[in-house]
Amino acid sequence: MDMDDGMSMDMSGGSMAGDALDPQTTENGLFTVSAVSRLDPVVINETHAWTLHIETDDGSPVTDAEIAIDGGMPEHNHGFPTAPRVTENLGEGDYLLEGMRFNMGGVWVLTLEVSSGGQSDTVTFEFELK
Amino acid sequence: MRRLLVAGGSLALILLIAVVLISTGLIGGGTVGATFRDVFSWSVGGGGGALQPGVAPAHSWTETERGLIASLSIDRLPPLPPDPSNAVGDSPDAVALGHALFFDSGLSPDGSVACSTCHQPDNYFTDGKVFANVRDIDTPRHTPTIVGVAYSDWFYWDGRKDSQWAQALAPQEAAIEHGGTRTAHARYVLSHYANEYEAVFGPVPDFSDTSRFPPEAAPVENETAREAWEGMTEGDRGAINRVFANIGKSIAAYSRRILPGRSRFDDYAAAALVNDQAEMSELFSAQEAEGLRLFIGKGQCTDCHNGPLFTNGTFHNIGLPLPEGSRFDQGRTQGTYQVVEDTFNCLGEYSDASEEACVELRFIKLEGEELVGAFKVPGLRNVAHTGPYMHNGIFPDLDAVLRHYNHAPPAFPGHSDLVPLAFTVEQSEALKAFLLTLSAPPDAPPELLLPPNDE
Repeated sequence: MDMDDGMSMDMSGGSMAGDALDPQTTENGLFTVSAVSRLDPVVINETHAWTLHIETDDGSPVTDAEIAIDGGMPEHNHGFPTAPRVTENLGEGDYLLEGMRFNMGGVWVLTLEVSSGGQSDTVTFEFELK
Repeated sequence: MRRLLVAGGSLALILLIAVVLISTGLIGGGTVGATFRDVFSWSVGGGGGALQPGVAPAHSWTETERGLIASLSIDRLPPLPPDPSNAVGDSPDAVALGHALFFDSGLSPDGSVACSTCHQPDNYFTDGKVFANVRDIDTPRHTPTIVGVAYSDWFYWDGRKDSQWAQALAPQEAAIEHGGTRTAHARYVLSHYANEYEAVFGPVPDFSDTSRFPPEAAPVENETAREAWEGMTEGDRGAINRVFANIGKSIAAYSRRILPGRSRFDDYAAAALVNDQAEMSELFSAQEAEGLRLFIGKGQCTDCHNGPLFTNGTFHNIGLPLPEGSRFDQGRTQGTYQVVEDTFNCLGEYSDASEEACVELRFIKLEGEELVGAFKVPGLRNVAHTGPYMHNGIFPDLDAVLRHYNHAPPAFPGHSDLVPLAFTVEQSEALKAFLLTLSAPPDAPPELLLPPNDE
């Protein structure tokens, strides 16, 4: 993203390089999960929403998933400052995750427990806000 | 989106080696950080002075550091967003009414207490006392400033209110603060400020029937006032609540105009952004720059004191000592439940916000050990002038604050988010010197910093 001052530096004091997390397969290989922030760039101190996308291992969208959210900063021994949750099934494997917020720079994790068709699996994303 | 570092091949290699060394535990991150910083300064930090490899001159900053410094600048503070829960928050008539109410001690039964009793304009809207105190009685907490708090999501040290207007209402009925009741307040405002009220909120309701609207009625501890309140019809209580909420919205319209001014640090940050070392050295002493370096670096202060207001707006337990004879203060653990149940919260019937706009309340964190004994991170602008410090006013001066951060005792109960800084005396002095650069008179129309009748 171009900064308005034209400087080639990230000015936020806590932001993610990009607005999306690379797709990741859940621990037992049941689902592939990707996440895109609706706030771009992702910066600290702003409560915002993400779109999650869930597919089975053969690439079909999972349209009936229940998704539990956890996460935080393991190094700091604290969770998110908010209680994010999935508020809407957007269809075609997309889900609206609202209430995301980061309150400092550093390494964060986002853990999703995905349940569908009587099976559950977990995926943990790790990313850094600098 | 640009990556944080735009480094040449050799620098990238140094960084890679550094990361490998850290990840393998061969050397600590701090050491690598310093080494890397020095090399980077040497490569790109031109523009002034002879640079000695391995020695970072006072005003030589890496690109990353300059980015972090700029992120704290008031130039990065966005225009104040509207408060969706307060439809009159930006109405000049509401500002005028709120201005009058803020300074009006008629909003207390004995005529002795106004908002400005504790939030004194001459003291950066604080009172200089350990605990907020009126009529010689201490409240349980220290008076925080209101300068710039309009940007907050939560109000009070424990965040038990979610708007400035809801916050402004609570002291009105607290027995040891204003000590009023909402029927008396409504009647007082409608009789003394009828025209001003009508200009903002429309026709003044008729509360003259004291059998329906008792002189002193409110959902408070005082039994007489509480019984009078419970004896009113739901509709009449709602009519009173509406005027009471409007009093809060007027006061908030005023207090949201009190914003932080431009400090010496902000000028320094502007110079740092363009790497003007001559200007930087005019603005900051080497000691102040060293304090800033510690603040954004080794001190990890920006974990919580980040952004242009030097606060992440959330709640942390820092293992503070208890004042003698006092009991443990639960802080955020209780504040969360109070704000959820508050009649005047964002989702309540007196709020002007849509449900969608009440994002903070809808996604409030209610559980977690980190809420125990946690209090709102105060901004640091004007910190030199807003002591004593902490929610319990436990530290009389910044030296005492820094001693606490240097030792960082564990919290009990709860978990302290601090790690001991263990700074030398020189480092602590430098950090303090930096904190003293954050002062500036409030940014507000001058007339708003005086009682209305002094204009």
